[in-house]
Amino acid sequence: MDVETLSRIQFAFTISFHYIYPPLSIGLGVMLVFMEGMYVKTGLKIYETMTRFWIKIFALIFGIGVATGIVMEFEFGTNWATYSRYVGDIFGSALAAEGIFAFALESGFLGLLLFGWNRVSTKVHFFSTIMVALGSMFSAIWIVVANSWQQTPAGFHIVGEGIKARAEVTDFWAMVFNPSSVDRLSHVLVAAFLAGSFLVLSVHAYYLYRNRHVEISKKAFKMALIVATVSGLLQLVTGHHSANGVAVNQPAKLAAFEGHYDSLKAGDMYLFGKVNQEKQTVSGLKIPGGLSFLLHNDFTTPVKGLNAFPVNDRPKHVNAIFQVYHIMVAIGMIIIGLTLFAVFLWWRGKLFSYKWLLLVFSFSVLLPQLGNQVGWFSAEMGRQPWVVYGLLRTSDALSKSVKAEQVLFSLILFAFIYSVLFVLFIYLLNKKIQHGFDEIADEDIPDYSKRNNPILK
Amino acid sequence: MQTFLSIDYPIWWFLVVGAVFTGYAILDGFDLGAGALHLFFRKEESRRIALNAIGPVWDGNEVWLVIGGGALFAGFPEVYATIFSAFYIPFMLFLTVLILRAIAIEFRSKEKMLWWRKTWDITYSAASILISLLLGIVLGNVMQGIPINKDFEYEGGFFNLLNPYALITGVTVLALFMMHGATYLIMKTEKRLHTKLIILAKNTSRFFVISYVTLTMATLIYLPQTADKFRANPYLFIVPVLTILTIINTRRLLEKGVYFKAFLSSALTSALLLITVTINLFPNIVLSTIDPAFNITIYNGSSSQKSLGIMLTIAAIGVPLVAAYTTFVFWTFRGKVKIDDSSY
Repeated sequence: MDVETLSRIQFAFTISFHYIYPPLSIGLGVMLVFMEGMYVKTGLKIYETMTRFWIKIFALIFGIGVATGIVMEFEFGTNWATYSRYVGDIFGSALAAEGIFAFALESGFLGLLLFGWNRVSTKVHFFSTIMVALGSMFSAIWIVVANSWQQTPAGFHIVGEGIKARAEVTDFWAMVFNPSSVDRLSHVLVAAFLAGSFLVLSVHAYYLYRNRHVEISKKAFKMALIVATVSGLLQLVTGHHSANGVAVNQPAKLAAFEGHYDSLKAGDMYLFGKVNQEKQTVSGLKIPGGLSFLLHNDFTTPVKGLNAFPVNDRPKHVNAIFQVYHIMVAIGMIIIGLTLFAVFLWWRGKLFSYKWLLLVFSFSVLLPQLGNQVGWFSAEMGRQPWVVYGLLRTSDALSKSVKAEQVLFSLILFAFIYSVLFVLFIYLLNKKIQHGFDEIADEDIPDYSKRNNPILK
Repeated sequence: MQTFLSIDYPIWWFLVVGAVFTGYAILDGFDLGAGALHLFFRKEESRRIALNAIGPVWDGNEVWLVIGGGALFAGFPEVYATIFSAFYIPFMLFLTVLILRAIAIEFRSKEKMLWWRKTWDITYSAASILISLLLGIVLGNVMQGIPINKDFEYEGGFFNLLNPYALITGVTVLALFMMHGATYLIMKTEKRLHTKLIILAKNTSRFFVISYVTLTMATLIYLPQTADKFRANPYLFIVPVLTILTIINTRRLLEKGVYFKAFLSSALTSALLLITVTINLFPNIVLSTIDPAFNITIYNGSSSQKSLGIMLTIAAIGVPLVAAYTTFVFWTFRGKVKIDDSSY
């Protein structure tokens, strides 16, 4: 295989693996703020136990997120040097801002969140929890802004020619608020809330299914259900906005999402199907003119198709893009259906009456995880063959001094170490969940660890 | 060219990048040093105390590396792209051991089995040693210069990077971190472990002095041109003189038993060593061994004035904030390590 293929596989692999964790930290951060907020408000022991249990899980997830995130920062330079030179002026300021404002904030306060329970007052600890949650959201802001700039570049000009061409920032705020930033950022953040709240739902549904920790699990399940339901409905709005934005800014991507080739025809919307790339047709279940209606409120208006773009300027793997996009939409719908159904049962006072529903919720954590993955694949594969849309091709963005065997070596290295990491992660997560909540009696805590320790005051 | 306090933007950003990497060397330096010394502690309790001495802060310390990488990418994209693609294999190994260190710290105390803890102890210590060595190897190569052509593309291979000078630099960095880590651990421990660490601190500082002298001689042999800069600007001699004074001072303070001051003194040594490197390079960042005309300087490798201006504003707002809450976290966890139910 050549350097390009290998580098793309490596990037896709490392980013997909990394992307399991940050959405969980962001979503769980929000859940922790709610849980500890309830503790601060009510002073009830049950909320303390709940918060401290989830802090330990948060720590596990956060640690892996940081370790795999540093890989991403380095990979721009190691594998995509030409890209780094091209976008450094623009992308760099976003990355620097992320490091200083977001990453330092969350990691700084993380120490207090994890180890400070007995060292600082309840209020200072709650403040740290809020800071960690905010910090993790800030890092999403800067990284999604940078990625959105690659989708819809704005606020820049090109300096130099050929291999010396560089994008330079002319208007910082136009760069930050480029046409797709707000849509994509809201879509990503809400997806992260789903990831976090569904983890809480799953674990507590499992306890309820097994009749363990019943009282605490009912409380936590309801809190997470509120976050999940609101996020699921919000995702409908942000998703719709994003699709409209893509139609205006990246029509080739939208056409690939629905396998739409002919610009003279109205666009159909498929529930599922398969694209025949040679015959340029799609077979499946469709709403005729649905895409036209979504974009123009009219079932007959023609939608720009893939054939309007030169073959070299449009994505190649249309069927794959079609599939990942439709899986994402389907997952979104399942999430909304599931949460609304649960809310309905809650209203009828029967939320915890059905064992099968608890079992479904125990596995539901996989839904937003899969949704997040296919969502990114839609966004990134749909942008091809460009790394910066319309400006820099992925094939031109590589490091010229790096050879295929070097990338192969690092790819094998990552495959090995990430497998170990993943197995350990699942093992320890499972162990933590099986262990359940610690019912710590007050006399078991050594004196120096108690909150009212006079020395610390 | 735009200036602030009559210093132009690229120089300012060069100072920012230098300051961040110095911060990283000082902060993660003691974590790595503590890790490198980990296997010298024999008892389970000692190992847990040593691990929890860095427990609440190591993650925050590692962030300085992320900020440093970001700052380099942002301000000097040419340097970032050239160095990272040239040092492809060393950086990939570096990332691997960085991940291994993180998971070793995270996972070690999660199971009680002896083999489990032993495996992670060895992993943790080996990873810390390798991280220090690799950082030193990269630094050694940056000081010597690397074969880059007129497009700033690297033309060497992996084994060019494993030269004697770079290896000596690697060992020196390791020795420095070990001394620094031992001094940090002295402050955080009590009783027999404390006594043991005082001996370790003295031994590691001896190890550091030997490697520092070797490195200095190697510099004069391999890179005689560095002497030219000092000959041209004799006032620069104050930096190496200060370095030697801080090394002597660290040992003196260790003898006296003033450990916090000894720690500050060894932190100062790290800073001075990096300042020496900076003086040697300035205004270049990457030296080309093919032709000095292909050197990447702070001017031909930097982002636009506009971009640097934005980033300097971001740094001016952000860095004081980071400093403030980093200080708060260190202050909260001051004093001796106490193991409790939230420890590693």
